[in-house]
Amino acid sequence: MEEALTVHRLHFAFTVTFHYIFPQLTMGLALLLVYLKTKALRTGDEHYNRAARFWARIFGINFAVGVVTGIPMEFQFGTNWAAFSKAAGGVIGQTLAMEGVFSFFLESSFLGLFLFGEKKLGRIGHWWAGFLVWLGSWLSGYLIVATDAWMQYPTGYRLGPHSEIELSSFWGLLLNKWALWQYAHTMLGAVQTGCFVMAAVGAFYLLTKRNEAYGRTFVKGGVLVGALAAVLQLFPTGDMQGKMIANHQPATLAAMEGLFDTQEGAPLVILGQPDVQKRKLDNPLEVPDMLSFLTYKKWSANVRGLSAFPEDQWPDTIALLYYSYHVMVGLGTLFIAVMVLAALLLWRGKLYESRWTLWLLMLCVPLPYIANTAGWMTAELGRQPWLIYGVMRTAHGISPRVGAGNAWFTLIGFMGLYTVLGILWLFLVYREIELGPDPSNEPPDEEAVALAAD
Amino acid sequence: MGTIWFCLVAIMIAVYVLLDGFDLGAGAVYLLVAKTDEERRQVLASIGPVWDGNEVWLLAAGGTLYFAFPALYASGFSGFYLPLMIVLWLLILRGTSIEFRNHIKSAVWHPLWDFIFFASSLLLAVFFGAALANVVRGVPLDASGYFFEPLWTNFQLGEETGILDWYTILVGVLALLALVLHGSLWVQLKTSGPISVRAAKLARQIWWGVAAVTAIVTALTFAVQPQVKENFTTWPWGFVFPFLAVAGLAGVQFELIKRDEHKAFLASGGYLTGMLTSVVFGVYPMVLPARNPIYSFTVNTAKAADYGLKVGLIWWVLGMILATGYSVYVYRSFAGKVVVEKDGHGY
Repeated sequence: MEEALTVHRLHFAFTVTFHYIFPQLTMGLALLLVYLKTKALRTGDEHYNRAARFWARIFGINFAVGVVTGIPMEFQFGTNWAAFSKAAGGVIGQTLAMEGVFSFFLESSFLGLFLFGEKKLGRIGHWWAGFLVWLGSWLSGYLIVATDAWMQYPTGYRLGPHSEIELSSFWGLLLNKWALWQYAHTMLGAVQTGCFVMAAVGAFYLLTKRNEAYGRTFVKGGVLVGALAAVLQLFPTGDMQGKMIANHQPATLAAMEGLFDTQEGAPLVILGQPDVQKRKLDNPLEVPDMLSFLTYKKWSANVRGLSAFPEDQWPDTIALLYYSYHVMVGLGTLFIAVMVLAALLLWRGKLYESRWTLWLLMLCVPLPYIANTAGWMTAELGRQPWLIYGVMRTAHGISPRVGAGNAWFTLIGFMGLYTVLGILWLFLVYREIELGPDPSNEPPDEEAVALAAD
Repeated sequence: MGTIWFCLVAIMIAVYVLLDGFDLGAGAVYLLVAKTDEERRQVLASIGPVWDGNEVWLLAAGGTLYFAFPALYASGFSGFYLPLMIVLWLLILRGTSIEFRNHIKSAVWHPLWDFIFFASSLLLAVFFGAALANVVRGVPLDASGYFFEPLWTNFQLGEETGILDWYTILVGVLALLALVLHGSLWVQLKTSGPISVRAAKLARQIWWGVAAVTAIVTALTFAVQPQVKENFTTWPWGFVFPFLAVAGLAGVQFELIKRDEHKAFLASGGYLTGMLTSVVFGVYPMVLPARNPIYSFTVNTAKAADYGLKVGLIWWVLGMILATGYSVYVYRSFAGKVVVEKDGHGY
């Protein structure tokens, strides 16, 4: 049973981590596509339409992989987490079904029109198609975050006569305060991925002296939106998220920060390696009193350490949780520095000539992916040992009849399939970047021909 | 409340089969009717803008099943663990092949994705048929409300049955034949030139297979699942569903002879609807029959609490009106036969 639990956890973790590579870019890019289409509409400059068409092609490849890797997520609640689904399906099934009904139909319908119907829809119609794709993808994000938020901070439910979990307030589920902040924080992360990718492609074009007009558009769009998102990521959204964890998941906060003992004037750990057995942090590099201040706005506030909680309430992967959190925060801080610096240079008109800043923007491209992944790991590892915080333990949620042998079989299958898919995705996206936004490289738009014919 | 949601989930699954059915079917006849690159791009262009939206019906139906019948979702999905995972892998391969094929024009890239698209579509049709047959036949549920079926055991309908036995394989074959018919009628409708003629010819030939296997499966189903006979005896008005199937199937042949491409495709839709609704009517009030009937899930034992189901009814109706609106708009935008350029490489 112990092994089965581990494999089921790895199964979900692996498939969802791989899956989230794609939506974080498409949700971010959807916003940037609306930005480019709006520019095109307002200036009447075909340059922005070509830029949008180029990004729409990259969006299309990412969206396709996002769709095919997303379907397994919805299935796995039932296949691998049957006991959890049976208990909580009446609640979280609502948000998951709403995602299908309200956002997937919207996205899939208008993406087809956005990618293939530009000539038929006309300028304003095509803007609307792009806008609705953005709306669908961001709505989808909300309903998924609301599902996760309910597991972090369950609201709007009651326990029935046989202690089954029943929905008692639809709005309590949908407008969970945890969901609102977590959503803002998650979407800003997705916007940063979109911005860094757009800015990096722009920087690549400028550094290699190709498609330079487009390169400037991409760097400018990515940096302007990205600088704003980077700042909002920390404050207020990251700050509020931290406060909610401090109030509602205090053991999680202690593990994230590597705080073993309860202290007044707790320090903020910058670096250090937690030794869970000896209950101490090796080689600590700390800012004194800072954690107390950030959490409770008081330098001498008392912050509970792990020792204040019974061990069976501790997250079961303290070191990994601690590192995930520190990687996320460290990278988030770096993003503010890079994006604000680039924005200042842009304002002074020096960014396009500043080769080392362009290099920096280009090389940063994998980092938002890592930060987003680390952020999700913080949320999910931090929730342990609970599957539904305070209500159901993770060990009680797996499918009782699906053993480790079958779960390993499908996990290995997914690993193989996703490796191939990942290589193909990189290859196709790189190829689009090589082809570039120049209209002579645009593939003939066959659906547009089909549309013109009827 | 349980019965209402049973009907709504059944409607969503039926819409899924009708819509994704034609693009799965188009995939299952892809290598048979589309010989040149231009013809293959015609098939892909005919489903390119809509296949993803069609597949959303599966996701939406799954999500609806999840919140309306959580116990059924949990038991069924974990019990059908291996075949569902295989279905997922096939869906991944198929979606990838549709989206990736036309990115690169190459003598190795195209045949690879063509074959994957063909094979995954074909296998999906068989697996979906077998899955439906498992539900009709009943699964080895016990008092815990769970079961686990391996892919196959001895291919017999005993207590230790696997996903694949002679009955479920036969229904899988019927599903493949029915979707080949549906898919070739779609290809005939949306394409022009020799490929359209070839698709019509295939439809006329496969029709006889569909008719024959439908008759055999229907007879066997009465033997395999006693509830079916009971329901049709208790409520004879239910014969309207099999009648729809028969009328639809006859209509396909009739319209093929008259060469009305639209009506032939619609008649095939009528056949599929009739078959599915007959099954749903036949197993009601069970949502997942057990081999031992006392452990069967029914609309009342599997449903979620009433408050959630009532709230769900409000947003579900709203959402479905919107979704139907988008679908109609998209299909109208892409109406008519597809046109592809001879040397183009995008779709």
